[in-house]
Amino acid sequence: MTNLAALLYLVSGVLFIQALRGLSSPETARKGNLYGMAGMAIAILTTLAHAHLSFGGTMLVLVALFIGGTAGAVIARRIAMTAMPQLVAAFHSLVGLSAVFVAAAALYSPEVFGIENADGSLHMQSLIELSLGVFIGAVTFSGSVIAFAKLNGNMSGKPIILPKRHIVNLALLGGAAFLVLILVATHGEGSIAHTLFWLLTLVALVFGVLLIIPIGGADMPVVVSMLNSYSGWAAAALGFTLENTALLITGALVGSSGAILSYIMCKGMNRSFISVIMGGFGETAAAAEDDGIERTVKRGAAEDAAFIMKNAGKVIIVPGYGMAVAQAQHALKEMANLLKEEGVEVKYAIHPVAGRMPGHMNVLLAEADVPYDDVFELEDINSEFGSADVAFVIGANDVTNPAAEDDPSSPIYGMPVLKVWEAGTVMFIKRSLGAGYAGIENPLFFRDNTMMLLNDAKKMVEEINKAL
Amino acid sequence: MLAIAATLIVDPFVFRLAIFTLACFVGYFVVWSVTPALHTPLMAVTNAISSVIIVGALIAVSAHGVTREFGFIATTLAAVNIFGGFLVTQRMLAMYKKKG
Repeated sequence: MTNLAALLYLVSGVLFIQALRGLSSPETARKGNLYGMAGMAIAILTTLAHAHLSFGGTMLVLVALFIGGTAGAVIARRIAMTAMPQLVAAFHSLVGLSAVFVAAAALYSPEVFGIENADGSLHMQSLIELSLGVFIGAVTFSGSVIAFAKLNGNMSGKPIILPKRHIVNLALLGGAAFLVLILVATHGEGSIAHTLFWLLTLVALVFGVLLIIPIGGADMPVVVSMLNSYSGWAAAALGFTLENTALLITGALVGSSGAILSYIMCKGMNRSFISVIMGGFGETAAAAEDDGIERTVKRGAAEDAAFIMKNAGKVIIVPGYGMAVAQAQHALKEMANLLKEEGVEVKYAIHPVAGRMPGHMNVLLAEADVPYDDVFELEDINSEFGSADVAFVIGANDVTNPAAEDDPSSPIYGMPVLKVWEAGTVMFIKRSLGAGYAGIENPLFFRDNTMMLLNDAKKMVEEINKAL
Repeated sequence: MLAIAATLIVDPFVFRLAIFTLACFVGYFVVWSVTPALHTPLMAVTNAISSVIIVGALIAVSAHGVTREFGFIATTLAAVNIFGGFLVTQRMLAMYKKKG
């Protein structure tokens, strides 16, 4: 590789840093995305200029770019914003699978990458890097497929707990390490090395599935961020193998980005990363809460809700996953507009783990044209509930549960929550009185200043709009 | 003389490790400065840029036999991600508007 190519890869790595840097504010984000595209174009063109492609090879590349590019563009244009979590999971799986095939290519033909020894064998170091790349890549792939199935509803969001799963997982890791050892001993030569490689891939695939199936739907924001991180580490490992700066920098960026998001999500739930990975959250809590006491809730109609909010000075809206499921964001925005016309101050409060992925609610509100300066994060708005007349909770439950603050026996005790109960009136839009995703009953439902609006979120908001 | 020269040459792996380590720190600080409202676009764009793995896929296409097929598959998969990731990010970012 020439020095020029190496420098160009460095430039593309710097442009990727700029792409992430832009996301510090919505004004600079669009420009940042353009930097990202430029960085990618530079990386691809630099590679094509140095790859010694034959005519047939060039044709193949063009066909692959055309098929993949068209598919990607069509998906990006058509996907509903509510389906963003599963789309991101699907994209992660593609990065993972792509990493597996690139690692396979490096093992089968090290000479085209210029990483072979004089006798055509591979360094121990290259083989270990390559094994790490394929292992993380395959885990990312199969884990993301399971995450996709759970998010898309092809699979139940309930955790699947297999007997002795921790021992099985450890055995799989041990097996993988053993396979890597033998692979290193073969110097990457011969069909035995190829067989070992695919065995390693298989072990990693199984491991990825077992890693994600015990994790429940409520923990999905952590899973999606974690897989994001893994896709980065896979790229970084291959960056070492292929001696490519662009891959190295990108892998490090994406890996740390996903790790930080996982950390933020875990903190939003007051859970340790390890406990999320161990899985099984929310399977037993529901039964324990049922103490048999008949409690009454105050049910309200759309007209009542409209009347109260119209006469309020300040309304804080708390959206949750239920809003996404019902696609109620547009109706909600209309409601906010009607209220603003009546002179009511309207703000939105977002909990870090509301929805199924980091920032899920913000995107949906943005889609409905809600200006982003009306939308506030938990720590910025939590002190304001006391001065609000109405807290309007739409499709959220656990993130508003006071048990997190005052009931040490609650599974979510210690989790930061939105203090909606400090508002004059709390309105909950829910389809039923059932417990939240974590399987925990919310004691707010039974308070005097709570009004339950039981219906589909979108229908209820539309009825309120009519009444306004 | 040869022995002295050998001790002066640092294994290129160390340079790569240095780049990688520093990039991790850059990533750490840059990602903490991302506003939480843009965490979904962040995931979409990191997805797109991690598809820079396509550089390995493109080189594989220049080989022969089964390696070329691996390269073709990997290029196609990465291309879905590159185009899909950047375009969906652009679509999302276009929706974030200021008051007024």
